[in-house]
Amino acid sequence: MPKLALHGVEKRFGENVVCDGIDLTIEEGQMVCLIGASGAGKSTLLRCINLLEPIEDGEILLDGKDISLPGLDPQPVRRRIGMVFQSFNLFPHMTAVENVMLAPRRLYRKSRSALLPEVTELFERFGLKERMGHYPDQLSGGQQQRVAIVRALAMKPEVMLFDEITSALDPQLVGEVLDVLRLLKDSGMTMVLATHEMAFAREAADKVCFLKDGKVIEEGAPEALFDAPQHPDTQAFLARALK
Amino acid sequence: MTHDKAAGKTRRQIHEDRLRRRALRVAASSTAAVFLAIFLLVPMAPGWDRVKASFFNWEVFVKTFPKLLDAFKLDIAIFLWCAPAITVLGLLIALARDTRNPALFPLRILGAAYTDIFRGVPVVLTVYLIGFGVPGLGLPRPWNSPYIWGSLALILTYAAYVAEIFRSGIESVHKSQRAAAASLGLSDGDSMRFVILPQAIRRVIPAQMNMLIALQKDVALLSFIGPVEIFRQAGVFKSLMANFTPYVGAAVIFLAVTIPATRYADYLIAKQNRERS
Repeated sequence: MPKLALHGVEKRFGENVVCDGIDLTIEEGQMVCLIGASGAGKSTLLRCINLLEPIEDGEILLDGKDISLPGLDPQPVRRRIGMVFQSFNLFPHMTAVENVMLAPRRLYRKSRSALLPEVTELFERFGLKERMGHYPDQLSGGQQQRVAIVRALAMKPEVMLFDEITSALDPQLVGEVLDVLRLLKDSGMTMVLATHEMAFAREAADKVCFLKDGKVIEEGAPEALFDAPQHPDTQAFLARALK
Repeated sequence: MTHDKAAGKTRRQIHEDRLRRRALRVAASSTAAVFLAIFLLVPMAPGWDRVKASFFNWEVFVKTFPKLLDAFKLDIAIFLWCAPAITVLGLLIALARDTRNPALFPLRILGAAYTDIFRGVPVVLTVYLIGFGVPGLGLPRPWNSPYIWGSLALILTYAAYVAEIFRSGIESVHKSQRAAAASLGLSDGDSMRFVILPQAIRRVIPAQMNMLIALQKDVALLSFIGPVEIFRQAGVFKSLMANFTPYVGAAVIFLAVTIPATRYADYLIAKQNRERS
């Protein structure tokens, strides 16, 4: 059974169809990259998986259970699916460590002191131990984004969603964030990325999906998709993106 | 070469120094002219001697000032019990208006109606209506006290304004913050309490400071329904001495509180603007 499976997911904003019947399966421990032009529906699809956006039709199965049932309480599901955003979205009035501890404190009813060892370990693992007491505006973009990843990981999610998390970073800071993703992949995390980092997708992904106008046009192993794209739209997109 | 090497100044600094000295001269002479005009022209007005005797009588001022100061304690007391009640009520109304729970829909409507009504009626009218109206129901003591109902009128009016300011603060927090909180699995309530509100409140503190200053002044409106606070006390002296100087004394006392408070609020606003840019 796939870890995450999407069947005919449809999302509309008014008249505008953003996801037009998307099918996608993600196996446990896989890294799947969604590529495509801006507005193709990558980000919206991730937001739908995390139930930040309700879907019109179709189903989203997590461990075979439909999490997209209308009326289902989204909170328990969101704990199992972590999400990292393009613009970090750290809470500016809290230090890095407070940002990370807030959700586990509230949802797992653990005290700060009980959480501190495991949280410190997370910070250490991602080279942020010296930054734990800093506020977001005292951190570089790359550090903020890594703290945001740590914050999502502190909930011990089973799946992680990354929404163009390097797009708002200066080019020299992209590397440190991609390193974190590699580290996560090695630890066996199931991950879905919307990304414009083609070289990274090619190197690290287990599967790459090309989206256009809310549809999956083509999907496959990175070598196949990047070296021998079958669909003319994929060919046109890659010709531009890899130039 | 105009570069003054001895003073170690650049050409631009010398130029700016010259401009600054010139600006200072102009400001000083125009200020002097205006004050001279006031000091010379106002006393030339036909009624100046009478105004001077009845508004700026030093003897009356010295004699009434301590009593006025004493009466001002009541203003401060009223302010001190109104301000926390206003803050709490204002925050509750702001939260009620933000709620999306359908069961709380009546609360949302009431919140909206409440802010519309109390922002739409002059404060003095609310003070009259509640301050005279409710005790008119023939309530037993102490529930017929004008202190209670006058304070309630102030609380209800100011909470309406304060609620709107809180709400604008809540709405100014970007919705991506809510999304981030939700994506972690936090409930709407936790997201409001730990993520949205702390940011919102910080942003509206200067605006709320201004409301507090306005409240401090409007406490004087309670004099219309009975309590002998400073404005009423000044009125009593006016009748006794047939002299308006006590009002000037009361104004001086209000200014001694409100000017520092206003300056502080302005300082907070300026600081916040600096931080945001």
